Amino acid sequence: MDLDLDAATLEFRDEVRDWLAEHVPTTPLPPMDSDEGFPLHREWEHTLAEARLSTVTWPREFGGRDASLLQWVVFEDEYYAAGAPARVSANGIALLGSTLFAFGTDEQRARLLPRMARADDIWAQAWSEPEAGSDLAAVRSRAVRTDGGWLLSGQKTWSSRASHADRAFGLFRSDPEAQRHHGLTYVMFDLRADGVTVRPIRQLDGVTGFAEIFLDEVFVPDEDVIGAPGEGWRVAMTTASNERGLTLRSPGRFVAAAERLVDLWRERPSTEAADRVVDAWLGARAYRLYTLATISRLADGGTLGAESSVNKLFWSELDVALHETALDLLGTDGELAGPWQSGYLFSLAGPIYAGTNEIQRNVVAERLLGLPRGSR
Amino acid sequence: MRFALNAEQRQLAESVTALLTSADVPATARAWAAGNHEPGLDLIAKLAKIGVAELADYPVELTVVFEELGRHAVPGPLVETYALGLPADLATVAWAPLLPYALDADVATPFVVVDDVLHEAEPGERQQSVDPTRHLFTVTAGEPVGPAQNRDRGILCQAAQLLGLGRGLLDRSAAYVTQRTQFGRPVGEFQAVKHHLANVLVALELARPLVHAAAVTGEPVDISGARVAAADAAHLAARAALQAHGAVGFTQEHDLSLLLLKVRALRSAWGTQTWHRRRVLDSLTSPTA
Repeated sequence: MDLDLDAATLEFRDEVRDWLAEHVPTTPLPPMDSDEGFPLHREWEHTLAEARLSTVTWPREFGGRDASLLQWVVFEDEYYAAGAPARVSANGIALLGSTLFAFGTDEQRARLLPRMARADDIWAQAWSEPEAGSDLAAVRSRAVRTDGGWLLSGQKTWSSRASHADRAFGLFRSDPEAQRHHGLTYVMFDLRADGVTVRPIRQLDGVTGFAEIFLDEVFVPDEDVIGAPGEGWRVAMTTASNERGLTLRSPGRFVAAAERLVDLWRERPSTEAADRVVDAWLGARAYRLYTLATISRLADGGTLGAESSVNKLFWSELDVALHETALDLLGTDGELAGPWQSGYLFSLAGPIYAGTNEIQRNVVAERLLGLPRGSR
Repeated sequence: MRFALNAEQRQLAESVTALLTSADVPATARAWAAGNHEPGLDLIAKLAKIGVAELADYPVELTVVFEELGRHAVPGPLVETYALGLPADLATVAWAPLLPYALDADVATPFVVVDDVLHEAEPGERQQSVDPTRHLFTVTAGEPVGPAQNRDRGILCQAAQLLGLGRGLLDRSAAYVTQRTQFGRPVGEFQAVKHHLANVLVALELARPLVHAAAVTGEPVDISGARVAAADAAHLAARAALQAHGAVGFTQEHDLSLLLLKVRALRSAWGTQTWHRRRVLDSLTSPTA
């Protein structure tokens, strides 16, 4: 058992560190979900992609550099330590990308992944509906068969990135007779296609990070269905597992925030908050180590299953606690707008998105502890 | 980087588990509490036979063993005997201010650390612990033996022991709520119960890598960090386990009591949580950090 980085990983780390020192914008970009900020974040993704740093673990043919998961962790450590911009492509890369690797056709991968890696296409997710939140299998939006494809109709909501993104992916009911998890199809569609109306929603933090999407007989060709029609639930659960699991929230993000919290404590020490500063720092370290243990398990042939719910529960609660501690350290200035404030407001969404923490606790209890499922 | 137990380490855990599962550890603990040390000494001799006594210089293996010892609530001065390298087959120590009393000094050879020097010791008055299996003694120093060593090794092993106690509490609770029926269904079907136990699992799963990393690095910041996380996770497990068991968990007769009370005792021994958190913070904010 060791925590040593091999020579190749150390070399990669140094390269990333040097590159970031040279390229990270010296003044923070405007919020990525704003009209001014979105194009600047797209441009930043182009810059990352030119250095093959936007999707390091992907094969070279799709724009990555075949990096190991350990190198991904190291990349993320460096990325967040450098204070680099938020990743406007994260939904596509972490969620749709991994779904295409698992279920896409060669044609789909060749057509979509390089554009995703360069942020030529920026993707929004279209899971939730007004009547389907935690109960995702209750989706009502329809995909109706037509010549050479499908017609999508219905309403999606809380669609992250949809206010500005180019395309979206989500689940649609293709067999109206089928129940629940059956008869769903995983579809990608263009947010600027005929019949699509996007209505941005202003979030708690003031930015339009998510939106409603109205679809009225929107044509989607067959080649934009992932997996077999009717098999969408199984395809989507892979995405969901990745979202909660390894790739959506890297340890680097929390380690960097915890280091900044310790710096803040040095500037404004408070006996009252000392224990919580320690717990936040330990939490970030624990999450990083837990990720390394997961990577080691995967290298031994293990799989990522319900454990991804453990991940999601931990980082989402850690993020809230860490930012609350920072605002408390700021004392009466904790009310004022600033990076800690916006980080705090964003953290509040963590226990809700990617499957609420209540759903995750059910998953942990039933699948990892063997408690009876029972009726809901 | 390979942050996982190897085959030999997993085998070690299995050997210890097999031994402890075949022994009646709850009965052994109750006998120990009543002052009958024979079954406990017999168990400790068996542990020595499978090599546990020779692990003092193998911190990862120690954490593996101590997690199992905790999970089964094995009584006795095991941290003191296995982790500290004290010059006796069954040894105990008082190490103020973190560890003011010598555990089981009536059955183990007692030592005391004064000003960083290890001394032989004479047991004095017995103190009543919240955990009936822990017989605590004040000690007076005798002849000096040498420099005191391996305090952090002891803290590390206690952290692993707490982690194991938490896992033992969780496993017993999951089993109990699956068979205990109320309102016509297993109480484990209720989300209120599920969520308590899920929170415990998350806390334990995220404390374990801190314990293992502390074994790998040996850094004081990691040792104390591991102890903070393990003790908090074990404490959460104890509260949830008692709640999941209901009234029967609040009886001495139920074996759960052996784990519940040991968690409470160990949170105070080998330093308070505040002491360890302060040590982490001092290390993070010291000028050299």
